[in-house]
Amino acid sequence: MKRNLLLFCIIIGLLLGGNFLFPLGLNPYFYLILIMCGVNIILGVSLNIINGMAGQFSMGHAGFMAVGAYTSAAVTYYGLLPHASSYFTQPIFFLISVLAGALVSALFGYVVGLPSLRLRGDYLGIVTLGFGEIIRVIILNMNVLGGARGFTGIPIWSNFFWVGFFVVMVVMVSFRLRNSYHGRALFSIREDEVASEAMGINISGYKVRAFVLSSFFAGIAGGLFAHIQGYLDPGTFTFLKSFDAIIIVVLGGMGSISGAVVAATVTTILLEALRELQRFTGGVDLRMIIYPVVLLSLMLARPQGLFGNKELSLRKKR
Amino acid sequence: MEVFLQHIINGLSMGSVYGLVALGYTMVYGILKLINFAHGDVYMLGAYFGFFFAHKLGFAETPSLFGIVVVLILSMISCGIVGFLIERLAYRPLRHMPRINLLITAIGVSLLLENGGQMLFGVDPKFFPEMIESKILFSFGEVSISNFQVIIVAVSMIFMILIQFVIFRTRVGKAMQAVSFNHTYASLMGINIDRIISFTFVLGSMLAAVGGILVRLAYPKIDPLMGIVFGLKAFVAAVLGGIGNIPGAIVGAMIMGLSEEMVVGYLSSTYRDALAFLLLILILLLRPAGLLGKKSAEKV
Repeated sequence: MKRNLLLFCIIIGLLLGGNFLFPLGLNPYFYLILIMCGVNIILGVSLNIINGMAGQFSMGHAGFMAVGAYTSAAVTYYGLLPHASSYFTQPIFFLISVLAGALVSALFGYVVGLPSLRLRGDYLGIVTLGFGEIIRVIILNMNVLGGARGFTGIPIWSNFFWVGFFVVMVVMVSFRLRNSYHGRALFSIREDEVASEAMGINISGYKVRAFVLSSFFAGIAGGLFAHIQGYLDPGTFTFLKSFDAIIIVVLGGMGSISGAVVAATVTTILLEALRELQRFTGGVDLRMIIYPVVLLSLMLARPQGLFGNKELSLRKKR
Repeated sequence: MEVFLQHIINGLSMGSVYGLVALGYTMVYGILKLINFAHGDVYMLGAYFGFFFAHKLGFAETPSLFGIVVVLILSMISCGIVGFLIERLAYRPLRHMPRINLLITAIGVSLLLENGGQMLFGVDPKFFPEMIESKILFSFGEVSISNFQVIIVAVSMIFMILIQFVIFRTRVGKAMQAVSFNHTYASLMGINIDRIISFTFVLGSMLAAVGGILVRLAYPKIDPLMGIVFGLKAFVAAVLGGIGNIPGAIVGAMIMGLSEEMVVGYLSSTYRDALAFLLLILILLLRPAGLLGKKSAEKV
């Protein structure tokens, strides 16, 4: 217990330190990439709970992220911004806003998770993709949220500390889940639904819980994302964004949390590194050529993903 | 009332193109139990092949009926080859793997075609050459039927009947039905499964090419990403009618085309893309087997 408390303090200290040092030492562009890495890590790790652990193929993750982002932005803009925000209340406001986004997103996760009880495999994929698109179209038609013009005027509250804090939280919860009774239940559903039901596991309950937890985390990612640049555009949350998340999970290995973390970092940096090359390809994102090629060769050569089921660990295997 | 009739006519002509593409989805699903995400992109390629053949062979400048038939056939052949290659290179090596891997591969192929297409053809939309002059054939009051709409519906119908004939009346078609029933038993009966699956992909891709060119008569704009949403809608049409069911795909496509036209006409065109998914969710929740599909007990 004491050790955990100490660890917690060290992490908070490191994050706070980084929060002061990084903006000073790093140029704003790299700082932005760093923060985007964090958001994508949360996105990848959260999708990993549904797709990797529970084996339910969800293709609408961008929808959850959009719900989180827009809710959080609306809470900040309409609810909190009118009140005076001082240096002390601002972090609390931000926490409230992000958690509100995450909660609403979790609610949507519950609604979307219900069809997963009836559908499986590719049908579930298409339906979740459909939900994601419907959410996007509804946002597109909501004038309160800026509609097609985009939502402007969100304060820029995301910083290294908060993104880092939530990354640590999400990754830690994921790891604890993985090694818990509940995580094992999810893995057993992935391996064989019938057998796990025969072992007395409440399949429907666990599937919905996986969706709720995963969309809660995706909502956090969205809330952080909303406060990075102070601008939200419904065009960000198309199904291509969902595919981004799927690619992170598949690259890292279905079910591997550290795999998702590594894959999210690599893909985010790759996106920026290849941006220079767009001059030669006529404005086409070269990453979008590399992704599918990597995805296809991965499926042919190593279908379990780079990390498979394994985790990076500091401790030795017992 | 007249506006309503006009919407019905427009919806039917769009629905028949959805039908052509939906047939490809439904045939592949029937045989491999795979949602071939790349099918919508084959449709896109069909339009681009048509674009290039029309320009290279000089039919773009001198529109003629002969020209469009040649362009259509060449583009069908090219798309058939593409479909064959997709199956041979991407899907066949993975056939014994879990379906989720196949699905990811399908998404990969689709992304590759879209972005490869963007690289090859450029990001900006292009305009399909006007190969037939636009004419109003009939008009009653405010209702008018253009020659495009007649051509689209007629050509689609011809191909649909052709497909019906191939599947239900020929040897290959019988083999396809057998393979879709059970791979192992079909191969025990001496059917070359690989060949039948290849044939299915080629057939489906050819239909997609026809769809890709037909739509261009009325809406000449083409861009490399247009296949995604169109493909998804055609897939929804296939599910609506009962996936794996050939007449179902056509019925579903007509419903799809009509309801889309109604939403655009009476609500707002921004809801257009959401409608397809709404229909999909409703049908999967209320009647998962589709309108014409047979209900089957889930096997454990």
